[in-house]
Amino acid sequence: MNAALGAAGLAAFLALGEAVPRLGLVKEAYFPPTSRIAVALGDEVRDGAFWSALGDTLTGWALGLVIAVAAGITAGVVVSVVPYLRAATASTIEFLRPIPSVALIPLAVLLHGTGLRSVLLLVVYAAFWQVLVQTLYGIQDVDPVADETARSYGLGTWARIRHVLWPTALPYVMTGVRLAASVALILAVTAELVIGAPGLGARIAVAQTSQAVPEMYALIVVTGLLGLLVNVGARTVERRALAWHQSVRGEVAV
Amino acid sequence: MLDVRGLRKVYEGSGRRVEAVRDLSLTVEAGELVCLVGPSGCGKTTLLKCVGGLLTATAGEVLLEGRRVTGPPPGMAFVFQEYGRSLFPWLRVGANVELPLKQKGLAGARRRELVADALESVGLADAAGAYPWQLSGGMQQRVAIARALAYEPRVLLMDEPFAAVDAQTRADLEDLVRGLWRERGMTILFVTHDIDEAVYLGERVVVLSASPTVVREQLKVDLPASRDQLHTRVAPRFAELRTHVYEQIQAAKRGAPARVTASDRPPPH
Repeated sequence: MNAALGAAGLAAFLALGEAVPRLGLVKEAYFPPTSRIAVALGDEVRDGAFWSALGDTLTGWALGLVIAVAAGITAGVVVSVVPYLRAATASTIEFLRPIPSVALIPLAVLLHGTGLRSVLLLVVYAAFWQVLVQTLYGIQDVDPVADETARSYGLGTWARIRHVLWPTALPYVMTGVRLAASVALILAVTAELVIGAPGLGARIAVAQTSQAVPEMYALIVVTGLLGLLVNVGARTVERRALAWHQSVRGEVAV
Repeated sequence: MLDVRGLRKVYEGSGRRVEAVRDLSLTVEAGELVCLVGPSGCGKTTLLKCVGGLLTATAGEVLLEGRRVTGPPPGMAFVFQEYGRSLFPWLRVGANVELPLKQKGLAGARRRELVADALESVGLADAAGAYPWQLSGGMQQRVAIARALAYEPRVLLMDEPFAAVDAQTRADLEDLVRGLWRERGMTILFVTHDIDEAVYLGERVVVLSASPTVVREQLKVDLPASRDQLHTRVAPRFAELRTHVYEQIQAAKRGAPARVTASDRPPPH
């Protein structure tokens, strides 16, 4: 039922996109109808350069995400476990976190020019905070009774991190990773678009400057689809890893 | 077996200073089942956590088999009141019971044997593959008890383990604990606020004062070793003992001084 409604909604949206320019409500030159965007998309898919641009974008996204997740989790665990470190770093984190990653574009260009490293810098900066903050929240959520139970059975610091702290924090970390994956994609495309690092973003910029408006829209659609896939993929991983968690297991007959 | 000497615990923090336990001494012999009972809000849990090495005492010491307790000792297991939070929801029942054994460094075959045996003796032999949250409250507390049993402790500490289950389940669990105690010969220190439970379960009942806690009275429970919910609870001797403990608790709440401390003698028939 929901799936049918969703499909109907999408169809209506596409039909609207077709009708509005055709009826002359908007200028067709700036807003081509759905069918022309679809044709342009078909052309893109047959072009090898498109695929290598897609590969570049995904490389920047994936590498940046992996670095951000690893660093975010490690930093989160260390900050939480080491006494006093949480309180000492809280204000610094709150200051650095809201700095928009795009504001670092000049710095990235200065440091690394227009290559992959610039993209990575921006992606990692944006994604890192999402993971770090969620990890911190997750570790704060450790049940004192569970922790005392572990201590009473002789589990040391490392064993408690592994068997109590990590599973407790995992649902939060997963949320952080999902948010980070979306943000990382946004920043990867932004960096390519603004800096001109190779990838879908740079290709969008080229399409724009060469007046290839339907192609530009086709590429935008591709970035949207990528975002959708990233989100669906992250949710699937989340559901599998957290089958035991309240948010996933649903109602239980007792 | 277990020696608590001059234990004192003071909580300090945010400008408040609370003395929960004051100069408390207590001895538990090997193989004894001792119930600690006191008015609600007295430092029962604090006392038990100090004994279990989960809290550091402000003064005094706890000796387990002559050795001073500084952290959770390997020969001791703890059963918490909040079974739902004490069991790990991300592990299945079997894995929950097994985790402390892994930490002990036991071999796989031995671990499986202990897990199966422990689950069997709490009547949950076929629940190993379930998650704790798929079980009822009483069953969850059985799992927590099985986890403690599998650990093969010489001393079992139980902190109001049945306070959160319904009356029928509670009666079953009381019989389970008493049965396990007779079968396995462990030493059990059982904290409760329920006077009937203390008298029904214990070989000895230690009545604590209101906070700051000291031992108000120690009472030998001279009921037959074999007890059952139906007959023991209506026996005249049971009524006498529970009445006596009840009076003591009421007096403790009022802050009246104890007549005799550490009498170790039951009231006359």
